[in-house]
Amino acid sequence: MIEQLPVLVIVIPLMAAPLFVLIGNRKLVLLLTQLVCWTVFGITVSLLSRMQYGPISYELGGWPSPYGIVYSVDYLSAFVMLFVSGLAAIVITYAPKSIDQEVHHSKHSLFYASYLLCMTGLLGMCITGDLFNVFVFLEISSLSSYALISLGKTRRAPLAALHYLIIGTVGATFFLIGIGLLYQMTGTLNMADIASRLQAVESSRTMLVAFAFMTVGLFIKMAVFPLHTWLPNAYTYAPSVVTCFIAATATKVSVYAFIRLIYVIFTPQFAFERLPLDQALMAFSLVGIFVASTAAIYQTNIKRLLAYSSVAQIGYMLLGISMSNVGGLTAGISHMFNHALIKGGLFMVVGCFALRIGSLKLEDLRGAGKTMPLTSFAWVVGGLGLIGVPMTAGFVSKWLLLTSALSLELWPVAVLMLLSSLLAVVYIWRVVEILYFSPASHLAQTAKEAPMAMLIPTYIVIGSTIVFGCWTVYSAGIAQAAAKSLLGISQAGGIQ
Amino acid sequence: MTEILGLYNYWIVIFLMMTGFYIVIARENLIKTIIGLNIFQTSVFLLYITMGKVTHGTAPILKASHGGESHGVEHGVEHGAEHGHELHAAAEGHVDLGVDAVKEVYSNPIPSVLMLTAIVVGIATTALALALVVRIREEYGTIEEDEILEMDRNS
Repeated sequence: MIEQLPVLVIVIPLMAAPLFVLIGNRKLVLLLTQLVCWTVFGITVSLLSRMQYGPISYELGGWPSPYGIVYSVDYLSAFVMLFVSGLAAIVITYAPKSIDQEVHHSKHSLFYASYLLCMTGLLGMCITGDLFNVFVFLEISSLSSYALISLGKTRRAPLAALHYLIIGTVGATFFLIGIGLLYQMTGTLNMADIASRLQAVESSRTMLVAFAFMTVGLFIKMAVFPLHTWLPNAYTYAPSVVTCFIAATATKVSVYAFIRLIYVIFTPQFAFERLPLDQALMAFSLVGIFVASTAAIYQTNIKRLLAYSSVAQIGYMLLGISMSNVGGLTAGISHMFNHALIKGGLFMVVGCFALRIGSLKLEDLRGAGKTMPLTSFAWVVGGLGLIGVPMTAGFVSKWLLLTSALSLELWPVAVLMLLSSLLAVVYIWRVVEILYFSPASHLAQTAKEAPMAMLIPTYIVIGSTIVFGCWTVYSAGIAQAAAKSLLGISQAGGIQ
Repeated sequence: MTEILGLYNYWIVIFLMMTGFYIVIARENLIKTIIGLNIFQTSVFLLYITMGKVTHGTAPILKASHGGESHGVEHGVEHGAEHGHELHAAAEGHVDLGVDAVKEVYSNPIPSVLMLTAIVVGIATTALALALVVRIREEYGTIEEDEILEMDRNS
């Protein structure tokens, strides 16, 4: 049973989803979905705890690698799976009241099935060691997230979902073209096997084209500036619960796939020395951070504000990846984790506002600090994390990034990072001011505090950003182990 | 010159890819955009299938006479015993391959198999996209993107 754990992470939710459509009773399905999510979370915890004995490689159907599909679990994939399944579980625990209000009852069991499929796809992208499998799981998670986004209450939701579908499919198809060209050159789809065969064909133009297609494809999925245009609308018009889950996890898993692409399949030598991808990444991320943060300041819808902030935060992760040393990579990976918690938590706060106030326009939220004190306070704490104030999770990863930039003597990058944090102060403070220091709008005046069933999960996530800000053994510590093993693999590849 | 003409499959791939991509970018009609997306995906199917083709290669079906595991039709009943012997030898690892077997060249089946999956993904994407277009039309009464955006701006 224990050695089957890697495959169970995928099989349990994948089998559960169609079953839940057949069951169709929304209360029962909700309960079972929560059960499945927490079970999967338990499995990923046990997988991560077994990492101290070395990485796990699971051969599907007993076909030996590289002929069959391999699921490989190492520090990085176990870590990403842990927070993806963890947030999926906590968000679905938080969800029932919000979904009741925002999604029509007849669609509930379909909603939960799509939610599980989305989680399956994201976890599958993390665990699989087969490149084509990454594409399939990418499409499973994308298709289900398009469906989830289109369930939003306003009529703009289907349009936002369709735009995301078109751009997302172009991105995924780019990725598929890249896989095809790689397969053409190496004759294998197994990631480790491709890596070992790439040395021989590294200098060919096909390799460059393959790498370019895959990079651009993943950039679209990551919502890197300037390919982020799908994200603000998709996040704004999706149901609150969907935004919580997708904003916290989906883009990060694409970042994870990008890290795998650079550090495991191609080598950093190929991406950063033969090609100037590190400078390009740095430029894209810094411009993205500034433009998106500035755009966030001018938004009048709180969800759209956070969506632009997400685009900016992806920049910090890529900045860490582009540094290509243990410090930078650790910062990038731990920022994936920290930002997932912070943004997940903040969107959960927004979900509470949506439930009680019914509008997400900033002018309607005026004065909500008096009628919804607990929810508003959660915003303050989460916002501090987003800015990167000491004692919060956001501080840990930004500090790591800063020290890494300084050790590489990238002074302009360090200065720009600090300046960009000031922009975050502005857009977080704007909301705080509206919540606490403005005369109450009539919607906020009559609002009640959010129900405990939603506040407790929100506070667990928001509280954990404080916990992981002070105690970093299991966040930055694991991220560092993952970074070291990635760079270790790539160094060994360079020697051969 | 022969190099350029010999790669004609790839030229078709590039032509289809660019056509599809252009339609996705340039068309305002949502259905046309989806059709463009389909053309774009189809070009990738062709790319994969082209790369699986080996010159003079045939369909990758192992014939029994080449040490395969099934009774070939052409073998007939009388060859059954001999065939069994052959299988046994194959298991031991020193089967004497006939001249036929050396000549036989197979195409690579894996790209085609991958494309079966990609076609399924493509159909799912198209179905979902069309379903969304239906909902958009119910809400807005039109499927022209500029008109929809205009309505959103005014509301």
